[in-house]
Amino acid sequence: MMNLTLKIWRQKDANDKGQIVDYPVSDISPDMSFLEMLDVLNQELIEKGESPVAFDHDCREGICGTCSLYINGRAHGPSTKITACQLHMRSFNDGDTIYIEPWRAKAFPVVKDLIVDRSSFDRIQQAGGFISVNTSGNTQDANAIPIEKHNADMAFDAATCIGCGACVASCKNSSAMLFVSAKVSQFALLPQGQVEATDRVLNMVKQMDDEGFGNCTNTGACEVECPKGISLENIARMNREYLAASFKG
Amino acid sequence: MSGILNSSIGRKFAMALSALFLMVFLLQHFAINILSVFSPDTFNEVSHFMGTFWVIQYVLQPVLIFGVVFHFVMGFVLEYKNWNARQVGYAKTSRSANSTWMSRNMLLTGAVVLAFMILHFIDFWIPEINTKYIVGDTSGLIDPANTESGFRYYEELVHKFHHPLRVGAYVLSFVLLSLHLLHGFNSAFQSVGANNKYTKGLKGFSKVYAIGVPLGFVVIALFHHFTH
Repeated sequence: MMNLTLKIWRQKDANDKGQIVDYPVSDISPDMSFLEMLDVLNQELIEKGESPVAFDHDCREGICGTCSLYINGRAHGPSTKITACQLHMRSFNDGDTIYIEPWRAKAFPVVKDLIVDRSSFDRIQQAGGFISVNTSGNTQDANAIPIEKHNADMAFDAATCIGCGACVASCKNSSAMLFVSAKVSQFALLPQGQVEATDRVLNMVKQMDDEGFGNCTNTGACEVECPKGISLENIARMNREYLAASFKG
Repeated sequence: MSGILNSSIGRKFAMALSALFLMVFLLQHFAINILSVFSPDTFNEVSHFMGTFWVIQYVLQPVLIFGVVFHFVMGFVLEYKNWNARQVGYAKTSRSANSTWMSRNMLLTGAVVLAFMILHFIDFWIPEINTKYIVGDTSGLIDPANTESGFRYYEELVHKFHHPLRVGAYVLSFVLLSLHLLHGFNSAFQSVGANNKYTKGLKGFSKVYAIGVPLGFVVIALFHHFTH
């Protein structure tokens, strides 16, 4: 069992200035997940009549992209290729002090405590992250179109992006390019997506810029911290797609 | 095509193109300077050619000046925009866990290189422009009235590396340039969309370039300092 000191960002609402508040927690099992540890803390806070710590979570099995904690200076905590809900307390030691903060980016404003508004990602998706197909019942079987295996694999890899925002949180520039490039790539690599490729990349990048995300300086932090291991190759592909689309007009 | 420089990717593309151009320039600058170690006469001949050939003076030189100014102005513009994208910082960060020091400090290393370039312009470029285009002496001779006096370029180079403080500043600047290039070389290729099967080999070459070229400049400075 572990005794820990949690330093958690508390912020009543979007207009509140917010601050780090210390919470000691005791008898934490190393087999607990990080979110279960926060559940224990919240139970104690509720029993004491205090406001529980607000944090995002949903599936708790690493596929929904909802949990979004910046733990001890890293998105989703000290391990790689996992989300915060997949992080276990055995990654920490008895007596540790753990900083827990929300994603920080102008385009991800804090709603409350550790919850940020990631609707900017939704708006980028809506700007072009789709293909226009007739879904009236006559949809062609996707397997009827031959696709090179290598491209199919890369498209699938890109499509594993869960849109959690760890890339933005980790980037010193708050750049969203890994996310946007994954969404651009998953379509650009497939014949169904190539029909609208020009408008897609131009519109999604414009929306990304309008939302106030920073510029990529190729530090590679996003790739390291991405729970799905989305590759920087996708950003290079998006750059190519964007430049070709810009010259094409 | 319109407004490409107003987009994040367009700005990075322009930044990368100017970087690639400057890296080619740096290599040719090094190739000429290293001649001063092996053959002062050849160094003088090549320097005179570079300083008087109209294509270099009136076409490439203005392009180079534009490239340098564009690169550092755009560097500051991008950095300002990036600062603005995160208005509230983290209480704790562990950036070394996921990125290199070089990649995170391009502004710092770039600013030192910029400061060096100002010194370099005062040392070499401004006197050169003054001699050729204000005084009107394009002979390249130590004494324009005496054709037997020989070219002045090697003498000027040796004279500049006499003072240890200047040599120290020169060495420090090239160490910072090396750190700048260790990230910048590959970053430029990534920004223009080149990340493919050749990237691994390119990364190896980038280390050779980023360490080898600045080290070469340092060797040249130290050679002239200690041999004259």
